[in-house]
Amino acid sequence: MSCELTKGVLHGYLDNELDAARAAEFERHIESCRECASALGSGEALRASLQGPGLYERAPAVLRDRVRAQLKSAAKSTPKPNAQPAWRWLAVAASILIVGTMFWLSLPSLVRTPPTTNLLAVEMIDAHVRSLQAGHLTDVVSTDQHTVRPWFDGKLDFIPPVKDYTEEGFTLVGGRLDALTGRSVAALVYTRRKHYVNVFVWPTQDVDTPIHPPGSRQGYNWVHWRHKGMEFCVVSDASPTELHELAQLINQ
Amino acid sequence: MLDQPDRVRFEQLVLPHLDSAFNLSRWLLRSRADAEDVAQEALLRAYRFFRGFHGGDARAWLLQIVRNTCYTWLEKNRPVEAMTEFDEELHPQPSNSPESLAIAGDDRERLTRALDTLPPRFREVLVLRELEGCSYKEIASITSIPIGTVMSALARARQRLQRTLTNVVPQEAPREL
Repeated sequence: MSCELTKGVLHGYLDNELDAARAAEFERHIESCRECASALGSGEALRASLQGPGLYERAPAVLRDRVRAQLKSAAKSTPKPNAQPAWRWLAVAASILIVGTMFWLSLPSLVRTPPTTNLLAVEMIDAHVRSLQAGHLTDVVSTDQHTVRPWFDGKLDFIPPVKDYTEEGFTLVGGRLDALTGRSVAALVYTRRKHYVNVFVWPTQDVDTPIHPPGSRQGYNWVHWRHKGMEFCVVSDASPTELHELAQLINQ
Repeated sequence: MLDQPDRVRFEQLVLPHLDSAFNLSRWLLRSRADAEDVAQEALLRAYRFFRGFHGGDARAWLLQIVRNTCYTWLEKNRPVEAMTEFDEELHPQPSNSPESLAIAGDDRERLTRALDTLPPRFREVLVLRELEGCSYKEIASITSIPIGTVMSALARARQRLQRTLTNVVPQEAPREL
């Protein structure tokens, strides 16, 4: 016979995670249940050995030094992890250079339009390019909206709307945190055929807007709009029509 | 891209948890050398995302990034291992008396080996609970499993570890078909 409590409550008791009433109830139970009493003893013995000396692995001093040194250099330049092949760095440097140069060259034309939007576009593309570096695309990998959405809970001061549109041709692959114009935003990642699509979402106080006509820069396209207190930017090398299609799906 | 005050804040709030970051990486990757690289990468990712940290439990926030970085690394470098799921249907075990366990304090190597043979999803809840002393709430936020299932996850992980320790064969425990 196996007492059901050994599969749950007993561990809550062992970990001091039961409320007072349930803990007292379990204490009464254990007086008459030999199995639970024995299992509790085993649990305590196991804990004692796990918490004994030697099992906890402390960071070696060399790692501490390496991290500190990295932070220092990251603070000076654009922060990036170090374990990447050199060509990747060149590619990243080149993208940054291109984005920067294009921005610089297009400065005169920016005067005619609200500068924030264009700055946002540059940052957005920058963030999109950055996200495509190995291992940077997603912090939570899941095609399940019910996994991706709760993942953001507690990491941001808002919860972005997350939905998978596989049937419509946009498959949710995950999400991550990112920063745009100095604030934290949610980035949802979709695939459209072989193209990655980043959907940046953050809350706004401003009034809703229709989906703005797509913008384009260095081969990347984006659409931007506000809907029900959220601001959205969709960036990808997929076609403007496809981005508009995804924007309409999100607004539904 | 963080400015100076942010960097100082990062060093005060996050960097003190480097031991925790390394410990979790070591146990998830089962290698100190790999853990050094991956923990370092995770710290830098944390640094990049630091603007997204709005106060609260800095250790849990960091460990979540560490865990994701570890699994990404595992998927890339040891895909089979990363796929091991948390789906064991354990058949009823005779209850272990504390005496029968008799894990001596100096039996560290045996314990390490037993922990290392557990599937990563079992290993991580045990490491977070017993070595890091995380609460159920912290474990839920670090591992993205619902808080209601942390208790049963720990129950199964402990049962599995005890079984591995008491088994004569240190290999995968037998499974009834």
